[in-house]
Amino acid sequence: MNLLLLIGAPLLTALAVLAARNKAQVKWISLTGSLLQLGLAVALLLAFRHERAINNTAQMLFEQQHLLFKTLNISFHFGVDGISVAMILLTSFVVVAGVLVSWNVEKMTKEFYFLLLLLGLGAYGFFISLDLFILFFFLEISVIPKYLLIGIWGSGKKEYSANKLALMLMGGSALILVGMLGLYFLAGNTFDIMTLSKTTITSDYQRILFPLFFLGFGVFTALFPLHTWVPDGHSSAPTAGSMFLAGISMKLGGYGCLRVATYLLPEGAKEYANIIIVLSAIAILYGAFATMMQKDLKYINAYSSVSHVGFSLLGIGMLTQTAITGALMQMVSHGVMTALFFAVIGMIYDRTHTRQVDEMGGLMKQMPFISTVFFIVGLCSLGLPGLSGFVAEMTVFVGSWQNADMFHRIATIAAAMSIVVTAVYILRAIGRTVMGPNTNEAHLVLKDAGWNEKLAAILLVGGILAIGIAPGWLNDLLQPAAQEIMNRIAGK
Amino acid sequence: MNELFTLMKSELVLTGIIFLLLFIKIGKGLKNETLLPLVQVLLLANFIFGFVFNKEGRLFGDMYYTTDLIAFQKNILNLGVYLITLVCADWLRKTPHLPEFLLLMLSALLGMFFMISSANLLIFYLSLELATIPVAAMANFDLEKKKSSEGAMKMILSSAFSSGILLFGISLIYGSTGSISLPEIQSRLDGSTLQILAFVFFFTAFAFKLSIVPFHLWTADVYEGSPVAVTAFLSVISKGAVAFIFMTMLFRVFTPLKEIWQLMLIALSLITMITGNLFAVRQQNIKRFLAFSSIAQVGFILLAISSDDFHMGSTAVIYFVLVYIFSNIAAFGVAAVITEKTGKETIDDYKGLYKTNPLLTWILALALFSLAGVPPTAGFFGKLFLITAGASGKAYWLILLASLNLIISLYYYLRVVRAVFMDKNENPVEPIKLAAPVKLGLLLCGAGIVLAGLLSWIYDYIHSL
Repeated sequence: MNLLLLIGAPLLTALAVLAARNKAQVKWISLTGSLLQLGLAVALLLAFRHERAINNTAQMLFEQQHLLFKTLNISFHFGVDGISVAMILLTSFVVVAGVLVSWNVEKMTKEFYFLLLLLGLGAYGFFISLDLFILFFFLEISVIPKYLLIGIWGSGKKEYSANKLALMLMGGSALILVGMLGLYFLAGNTFDIMTLSKTTITSDYQRILFPLFFLGFGVFTALFPLHTWVPDGHSSAPTAGSMFLAGISMKLGGYGCLRVATYLLPEGAKEYANIIIVLSAIAILYGAFATMMQKDLKYINAYSSVSHVGFSLLGIGMLTQTAITGALMQMVSHGVMTALFFAVIGMIYDRTHTRQVDEMGGLMKQMPFISTVFFIVGLCSLGLPGLSGFVAEMTVFVGSWQNADMFHRIATIAAAMSIVVTAVYILRAIGRTVMGPNTNEAHLVLKDAGWNEKLAAILLVGGILAIGIAPGWLNDLLQPAAQEIMNRIAGK
Repeated sequence: MNELFTLMKSELVLTGIIFLLLFIKIGKGLKNETLLPLVQVLLLANFIFGFVFNKEGRLFGDMYYTTDLIAFQKNILNLGVYLITLVCADWLRKTPHLPEFLLLMLSALLGMFFMISSANLLIFYLSLELATIPVAAMANFDLEKKKSSEGAMKMILSSAFSSGILLFGISLIYGSTGSISLPEIQSRLDGSTLQILAFVFFFTAFAFKLSIVPFHLWTADVYEGSPVAVTAFLSVISKGAVAFIFMTMLFRVFTPLKEIWQLMLIALSLITMITGNLFAVRQQNIKRFLAFSSIAQVGFILLAISSDDFHMGSTAVIYFVLVYIFSNIAAFGVAAVITEKTGKETIDDYKGLYKTNPLLTWILALALFSLAGVPPTAGFFGKLFLITAGASGKAYWLILLASLNLIISLYYYLRVVRAVFMDKNENPVEPIKLAAPVKLGLLLCGAGIVLAGLLSWIYDYIHSL
């Protein structure tokens, strides 16, 4: 399969949206385009499995390379392994759902969809890039859409949040940039990840470069204490914006931490693993306790995202194959789950015009569909077996436990304790809003989900169930790739 | 004779245009509406003409030399002037002394062409003056505005001052090496104290022209007072030309003093970046804002010039200047349109611009993102290549400081983006109908901003020259 399609499809969709005449055309073009992307992602998954089934054991499949800046040795080098395929699949799910839930955006519809599709384009490009420069290009490409989406269509203190997000992410990028240039000159003028992975970089340099990369990508994935943009950014963004931010953009950081920082600089990773573990354990617990204090549904999910994403960083820090697989699963699972969470919150907010838990109650009677989905996603978040969250977090814990010393054990136990806290805040939030008597008379006339919202919710619930009930396929995708990274760490 | 024509073709065509303008002025005169398009077409022709029949060679007893690279630099500047005449067409058409204005502008451009091609300190000094004095007259062109005269006065005084310093530096160089021919100077430089002193004076004059901190104090006032067309010319064309010759001087002549000027450049680059950025944060007037942001941009150019790898450094600088021409002229173009139609000049006046003028807003946003170095605009590539060139063989903390400056600059560029897209305004700029040349100019700049980065052969082409 030609990977250029994955960039071409969103790009063409975005351009077609610009050419559209009216709002209806904009929406239908976006939907068609995003469904096409979903189709491509599924086709990629099938093609990938087929290649693996016929024993194509190359690390990267469907590789292609087009020289871009000849003199600087920068090229469009694309290729996918299991991790990329899983991430691309996640992206396409969230894009379709994001387009569907934004169906009622009336303010500057064309610009909204254009920016949304651009954001998706950045993610696709990022996940297939095997050249650091191009990877960085796609990482940065999403700064403008994020800023404008929050600033124009957001709510609350949107300008502040948009600014904070753009500047913090730019700060992360600055760190990555320095690391990138360091690698470039150390390895003799190349940005190519596959070449870099075969170059030996002395541990002195790894010690300098690793924190640059890890902190840089860490900003994107809410590494404690660089997570402060997350609550503001997510809660101010429009529904689809939050879905993209939490569902896709935060995963860019996690992917970068693994593919670039850990894979290219294994010595550095070993050196700093304990610090990563401490920071992510703090993020997990702090995120969970901070969520307890929130009354706003979006803030609840934003802080709980900090906590959940902490699990993937914890998995990376544990440096065992199972833990890394679990970290990756957690990224995919959290991506789908949090996108659904934000989608449901958006649906509720569209109807009740409030996100305060205290001002709602008994919504189940008026909105059975939305409430049920809310319930499912809540259970997924607190790690109910059969749903994706359980599978992912369990894998991380098992992987973490494989480290037999006291430090790792304590960190694992501390992280696992957060699940109790999660259960408390999730059940409390859902119980207050969905169950019990209706506390607000104005809510008695509300309608349930429309076709577009139902479709989006069903798609994402399908994703959660597909991972939760039959995690084997995801595991088959991720484990060999995680093994590849472990081999690097073990120095093979 | 034949060689004279091929080697100096850009200069000769430009001289031709200047004489044509003189004859038109002396004769019956033409209406502004016909004169302006005529000059635009001629400039465009010169730009296209600049790509053919290029040859390397020397003239006038090694006073003047040209290479493919130099021809390309001239073409970039020519393109910039062409774009300025397009985006500022509204103002140009209304000005009562258009032939004089164009005459001055093209004379300055001619001076820059000679300056870039100079292989001798004598012709270098003469052409530098030719490139400076007309601009001071241009800065005075808003005849009714006091600020315009004030700006012109400041400019002419500071230019005279820097010329004096330059001459002092040149005389010391002559005294210590016994030559004014650049190749000979290079072979006779040995790093004696007198030569270093001479170099410092020489360098200071450049610092004035490029408005490197702490020699930047004239910049903001002159930019604010001058008509937008002149501000754009000053900040893009003048700066580009001086950056080119500055780079050539350092890379080709002062190579024996490399250790010294690299240190100077690194220190000045950081100070310039930080000062320019911090001052830009607080500006309200859009022209002053762009003035300080252009000071910060020069800081990045200096970083690349301090590169160990001369070829990489010069390619990055030339590429960046090309990108910078598109981005800055687009930003100034929007400012010119709005100032011309409404007289509004502050960032607060730009609030809510998107509601009334979507095209202008998108061009402005693209330009600002490009200046901030955010992809997919060309500015991203330009900035990154500057930093990459500057990074070769340096400490990490230095590059880190430079990249952290990108955050500050993003902060203030976003201030404007936020004003035009998000802030509400009771009294926004009314919808403006763009004249055809202005629209063409803005769209050309917009296309340049998007395409100059993605079409990677442009960079490779510059590198191959």
